[in-house]
Amino acid sequence: MDTESAYSGYSYYSGRSRGSHRHGERSRDRHKSRSKESSRSEKSVTINAPPAEPLLGDQSVRGEEVQDDNWGETTTAVTGTSEHSLSQEDIVRISKDLDDSVGLDCKRYLNVALSVILGLVVFLTPLAFLILPHLLWPDRLRACGTACEGLFISVAFKLLILLLAVWALFFRPPRAGLPRIFVFRALLATLVLLFVLSYWLFYGVRILDSQDEDYQGIVQYAVSLVDALLFIHYLAIVLLELRQLQPFFSLCVTRSTDGATQHYNLGQLSIQRAAVVILENYYKDFPVHNPALLTASKSRAAKHLAGLKVYNVDGPGENNAAAGIAQSQSRAMIAAAARRRDSSHNELYYEEAEHERRVRKRRARLVVAVEEAFTHIRRMQEEEQKKAPGDVMDPREAAQAIFPSMARALQKYLRTTRQQHLHSMESIQQHLAFSITNNMTPKAFLESYLTTGPTLQYGKDRWLARQWTLISEASVTSGLKDGTVFLLKCIDFSLVVTTKKIPYIQLAEEFIDPKSHKFMLRLQSETSV
Amino acid sequence: QQRIEIHKLRDGDNLILGFSIGGGIDQDPSQNPFSEDKTDKGIYVTRVSKGGPAEVAGLRMGDKIMQVNGWDMTMVTHDQARKKLTKKNEDVVRLLVTRKSLENAVRQSMMQH
Repeated sequence: MDTESAYSGYSYYSGRSRGSHRHGERSRDRHKSRSKESSRSEKSVTINAPPAEPLLGDQSVRGEEVQDDNWGETTTAVTGTSEHSLSQEDIVRISKDLDDSVGLDCKRYLNVALSVILGLVVFLTPLAFLILPHLLWPDRLRACGTACEGLFISVAFKLLILLLAVWALFFRPPRAGLPRIFVFRALLATLVLLFVLSYWLFYGVRILDSQDEDYQGIVQYAVSLVDALLFIHYLAIVLLELRQLQPFFSLCVTRSTDGATQHYNLGQLSIQRAAVVILENYYKDFPVHNPALLTASKSRAAKHLAGLKVYNVDGPGENNAAAGIAQSQSRAMIAAAARRRDSSHNELYYEEAEHERRVRKRRARLVVAVEEAFTHIRRMQEEEQKKAPGDVMDPREAAQAIFPSMARALQKYLRTTRQQHLHSMESIQQHLAFSITNNMTPKAFLESYLTTGPTLQYGKDRWLARQWTLISEASVTSGLKDGTVFLLKCIDFSLVVTTKKIPYIQLAEEFIDPKSHKFMLRLQSETSV
Repeated sequence: QQRIEIHKLRDGDNLILGFSIGGGIDQDPSQNPFSEDKTDKGIYVTRVSKGGPAEVAGLRMGDKIMQVNGWDMTMVTHDQARKKLTKKNEDVVRLLVTRKSLENAVRQSMMQH
C-alpha cells in the first residue's frame, strides 16, 4: 500500500521505503484530475455523478455469456491506472502543478528521507551531549565519579528501550495510503523537533559557550533528555493507538448497487482513518460485487419508460420557452408512465420463481455430480501405499482426473447464478486439489461456489484496492461526528457511510435481598365473604 | 340439595355474609377436608362465623355451593366465586348448596328406585 504521509519522528528504515519500492504503478490523467479535485476541496461538496467510464465488469460478463464454452480468465476491472490522491501539507501545494509521475515519487522519498533524518538527529543527540565535552575541553573536565558512570548505563539502556519501542510502533509496513497528512503524526514530529531544538539551544548556550566543567551535570542533562523522549513516545502510543480503541461511533456502511449493509463500531478517528478501517473490513464482510446481478433491475427500469415518446405538436418554441417545454415534457412522461397499467410486478414475481426453481435444480445436479466424483478419490494410508504403487497420484493429478465429470454441472450452475466470471477453470482445479489434500467433504468443496463469499476470497484482480476515492463534505482530517456522511467510491459502485454516536448508557442498580427469596405454596386458599 | 337465602349484613362500607369459602378450579382439590371425592374442584364452605347472616340462614361448614343467584359455582376459579358472592349491589344472595348428609340421602333414595 501507499506511504503513510508526513513525518514520523521515529521511522528509521521505514517499512516506508520498503513500501514505496513495491508500488510500480503511477498516476495517469484520471488520477491527476482527481487529486487536484480532492486536494483543492477542503470544504466543498464533492459528490460526483456516476462515472462516465463504462462499467467494464458488465460488458465483459455479457461477452462471456454469448460464448458457451468460455472459461476465460476472470475479467479484470482494473484498467491499469492506480489512484492515490496524496496530498501532504505544504508539499502538495507546491507540487500541485507537477504533471509527471516523477514528482510523486520524489514526494514519497522526500517523506522517507525527512523522517530518517529526524530520527537520526533525535537518536544521536544524547550521545552528542555526552561526547562533545570530552572532545572540546577534556582537560578542564572534572572526572566522572561512580554515580555519573552509573548514569551512563542508564542512558544506554534507556536508549535501547527507546529504540525497541520505536521499532515496535513505527516500523510497521503502512497499511494504507491516506489522502491527507496523518495529523497526529505530524504533530508528534513537530513536537519532537521543537523539543530537541530547545534542548540543543540550552546546551549550546549554557554548556558549550561557558564550557561547564561539571560533567555529572551534563550527563544528568542527557539522561533527562532521554527520559523526556520516552515520555513523548508514551504520548505517541496514547494518541496513535489507544485513543481510538474505545468505541464511540457506530458507522453504517451501505453499498450503493445492491444495498448490502454492515455496521462497525469505531472510536474517535479522523474521517480518513475511519475510511481505511471500513475498507479493511469491507474486504472481509461484504459479498463480492457482482455487476451481472444488477442487469435485471436496470432492464425493468428501462422498460418502464421505454414505451413513451413525446411529440411536440406546436412547432419549435423560442429559446426562452425551451427549458419550460423540456420540463413539462418530462412531467408528462412520468405522469403517463404512472397511469399506464403495467403488470411488471407480475412479471417480476414469476420470473423470480422460475429462476429460483432453475437454480435449485441445477444445484441438485451439481451436488450429486460432485459427491460421485469425490467417492472415486480415496485417501491412501501409509501401509497401503505399497500395495498399488502405480495408482498413487498427487492431489493435483487426482483433481484433474475427476474434474471433467463435474465440470459441466458446475459450469451450468455458475452460469445460472451469474458467477461464472468470478471463477476460472484453473482456480476451480486448484480449489479441488486443495480440498482433496485437506480431506474435505464435497459439501466443503462446494461451499465457495454455492454462496458468494467476501471479496478477499477471489483473485487479486477483483480487489481493486488502489481505486478508492474518499468523497466528503467535511475535511478528511477532521474527526468523526454524529451525522457525518461520506462516500467511498470505487469504479462502478460506492459505499455510503453514515455515522451515529453510540448512546450513552445509564445503568441503574436494584438490590434484591437474598432473604426475600422465600415462597409460600398457596394451593388451598380460603376467602371470607 | 338445599336452597339458602342469606341477607348480607352491612358493616361500615362492606357487605359481609359471614362465612369463608375454599376451592375452585385453580386450587388444589386434594387438600379439601370436606369433599368426599378428592378431585372435586367445587366451592366449599370452610368456616361459618358465629351469629353471622350465613349461620342464621342455615349454612353449615362443609357445604358445597352449587349456585349463587343462578350462577354456576361448580366450574369457577376461587376468585370468580368470591366475586359472585360479594357483588356490591346485591343485598341478598340465594345459594344452592349440597351437604354430605344430604348427598347420602339423595343417593340412597336413588338406589332404592
